[in-house]
Amino acid sequence: MNSAAQFRDDAKRLTHDLRHRELIQSALKKYEVARDAKKARYQDWESARVEASDIKWDAVNHLDAHLAEFARNAEAHGTKVHWASTGGQAREIILGIVREKNARSIIKSKVMTGEEIHLNEALEKADMSVVESDLGEYIVQLRHEAPYHFVFPAMHLTRGEISDLFERELGSAPTNDAGELTMIARRALRKKYITADIGISGANFAIAETGMVSITENEGNARLTCALPKVHIALMGIEKLLPKLEDLALFLPMLATAGAGQVLTGYNTMYGGPRQPGEADGPEEFHVVLLDNHRTRLLADAEQRDALQCIRCGACLNVCPIYKNVGGHTYGTTYQGPIGAVITPHLRGLQDWKHLSFASSLCGACTSACPVKIDLHHHLLQSRRNARGQKPLWWEKIAFKLFAVLANSPALWALAKPMARFGQIFHPLVKATRLDPAYVWTQSRELPKVAPQTFKEYWKGRNP
Amino acid sequence: MRVTLFIPCFVDMCFPRAGIAMVEILERLGHTVECPEEIACCGQPAFNSGYWPETRAVALPILQRLRNAEVVVIASGSCGAMVKNFYPELFKETEHAQAACDLASKTFEFSDFLVTKLGVTDLGARFPHKVTFHDGCHGLRELGIKKQPRTLLAHVRELELVEMTEAESCCGFGGTFSAKFPMISTAMGEVKCASARETGAEFIVSNDASCNMHIQGLLDRQGQPLKTIHLAEVLNTR
Repeated sequence: MNSAAQFRDDAKRLTHDLRHRELIQSALKKYEVARDAKKARYQDWESARVEASDIKWDAVNHLDAHLAEFARNAEAHGTKVHWASTGGQAREIILGIVREKNARSIIKSKVMTGEEIHLNEALEKADMSVVESDLGEYIVQLRHEAPYHFVFPAMHLTRGEISDLFERELGSAPTNDAGELTMIARRALRKKYITADIGISGANFAIAETGMVSITENEGNARLTCALPKVHIALMGIEKLLPKLEDLALFLPMLATAGAGQVLTGYNTMYGGPRQPGEADGPEEFHVVLLDNHRTRLLADAEQRDALQCIRCGACLNVCPIYKNVGGHTYGTTYQGPIGAVITPHLRGLQDWKHLSFASSLCGACTSACPVKIDLHHHLLQSRRNARGQKPLWWEKIAFKLFAVLANSPALWALAKPMARFGQIFHPLVKATRLDPAYVWTQSRELPKVAPQTFKEYWKGRNP
Repeated sequence: MRVTLFIPCFVDMCFPRAGIAMVEILERLGHTVECPEEIACCGQPAFNSGYWPETRAVALPILQRLRNAEVVVIASGSCGAMVKNFYPELFKETEHAQAACDLASKTFEFSDFLVTKLGVTDLGARFPHKVTFHDGCHGLRELGIKKQPRTLLAHVRELELVEMTEAESCCGFGGTFSAKFPMISTAMGEVKCASARETGAEFIVSNDASCNMHIQGLLDRQGQPLKTIHLAEVLNTR
C-alpha cells in the first residue's frame, strides 16, 4: 500500500476509535496546562521566540561555517567527526565502528535520526543486540513498533497496557503504579548499560564554538548510555548546530517548556569529547556522525528553509488537531505532526508525501506554538502548490478553471442558485448514501440550505 | 466613508442574513455601502488546493474591480485572510504585486473594521441569550483578531458570554480539507461541538460563517439544539 492510502486508512480507523482519541487528547490537555504555567514564568515568551528564531535562522543560513567550526573544535578535543550524506552512509560509518570494536551489544538513548535511517534494523542484521534505554523507546521497542510521538514515544499506551507488556516480555508482576513500572524497566536496563560495548545517542544541540554536543533528557539514561560504554557515538542531523555555548541559556529552557511543559528538563549534559588525559571516567572514544540525508535539499529551498530551525520539541504535534485525532503512527513518518508534514516531502520525496500537506485545515495552531517560529502551516500551502504545479490532477484543474469562469460571470453565478435549489429538492432521496454527490460531506454532516433570497438578490432588490 | 462590502460565495448563497446585517449596521453608522455585483468568490478553494494560476484567474478581476475602493470590508475572517495575506503572496513578483498589496492594506474583516478602524464598540444591540464565541482560525491566527469581536459582544445588552475551553481550536472545516479528509474534519468538529455544549450556551457566535456552516452541519446531524449565528446578526439585534 502506498503512503497516502495507508494514511487515509489509518486516519479513518483511528478517528472512529473514541478511546484512542480520548487518551491522546486528555494527555495533551495536561501538557497544555503545564506548558501555559511555565510559559507564564517568562517575562516575555514572544520575545524569547523571536530571539530563538533569529539565532537559529543565522545558524541555518551559515550552516557550512558553523559545521566546520564545530568539527574543528570537536576534533581538537579528540572527538572523531564523521560526515554522512545519506542514511546508508551513516549506517556504514556506525557499523564500521561497531565491527572495528568487535562490539556485540549496544545501548541506545533516544535518537530520532536513528529511526530515520533505520539504524536498529541494520545493527540487528549485523547480529548486534540493541537495547533502547529511554523508557518510552524501550516500551515501543518491546512492542516492535515505531515511536508514536518523537518526544513521547509511548504516549498512546495506558499503564495497564505497559504492565501487560512487561509481564509478557520481562516476566514482571502486574502493577498499575507508574513508579513501579519505571523500576521494572530500570532493573532490566541497568544490566545492559554495564555490559554494553557501545552507547549510541542523538543530540539536541551541537555547539560550534566549543565542539560540544548537548543532550536533554528526564531519566538519566542518556548519561549512562554516553558515559559507561567504552565508545560513545552521537548521531545527529546537521541542522542541530547552535553558534555559541551561551545560546543554550535560551534554548534549554525553551525546549523544556515548549516540549514538555517543564521549566528545565531533568538532565542537560554537554559532551565535549572522550576521556581526557588525567580523567577517571568517560568513554575512550567519542564519535559524532553528522547526517545530511537530504537536509541540504531543504536548505536549498529558500521558502521553507526555516524548517531546519526545528529543535524537535514536539510543540506543534501537541497542539495539532489533526495529530490529536489521528495519532502518531498514522503519519507513517519518523517525524510526525506538522513538522513531519513539512519536512518529510523534502527528505523522502514530495509526490509520495504530499498527502500530509493536504491533511491539514491550515488552522495555524502549530505555527503559533513553535518556539522557533517556523512558518509551518504556510509551508504546507507551498508544498500543495509545488506538488500540484509539478503534477496537477486533471479533473481538479478543469474544475477550478470552470469555477473561475463561473465566479467571474455574474450571469452564470446567478444561475448557480436556482440549480442548487433544484438539486436540493431531490437531495433527500440520496442523502448520505453512496449515490449522494455530496457524500463526503453528508456522511457525517448536514448540508447548509440555499437561502430563499441570496444576498445578491437582496442587493439587487434594494438597488434596482 | 464609502465602504465596499465583499460578500463571499457561501455568505451570498447560504447566509445572506449575515451580509444584510452588515449592510444595515454600516448604514446605521452613516456610511455608504456598495456591493460589487461582479465579485463572487475570493478564490481560496483553488489556492488551498495548490492551483495558483487558476486562483489568479479569480483574483485578478477582483484586484481590478476594487482598485478604486476607499475601504473594503469582508464578511469572513477566512476570505479576509485570503485577500489581506495571501493575495500579496499569490501576485508576488508579478505586475500586479503592488495592486495586491494596496488592496490588502485597505481590506478589513468586519469586526476588526468596526473596532479598529471606526472605533465603534457599542451598536445598541440586545440579545438576551447565553452565547459562546468560536474564533475562526484565519481570523484569529492570520489576522490576529481576538479581542475585537469580544469587545463588541461585551456591549450587547443582556448577552452572557461563556468562553469554551476549545474556543481557539479549529472547527475542522478547512475548506476542501473537509471533503478530502472528511473523517478527520468531522472528528475535529466533534471536539469543537462538545466543548461548546459544555458551556451550556444557546448560541455559538462566530465572525466566520464558513466555520458556522461546518459546526451547524454537525450539530444538526447530532440533533443538538445548539445554534450557530454570525456576529453581525447578533450586533444587528434590537
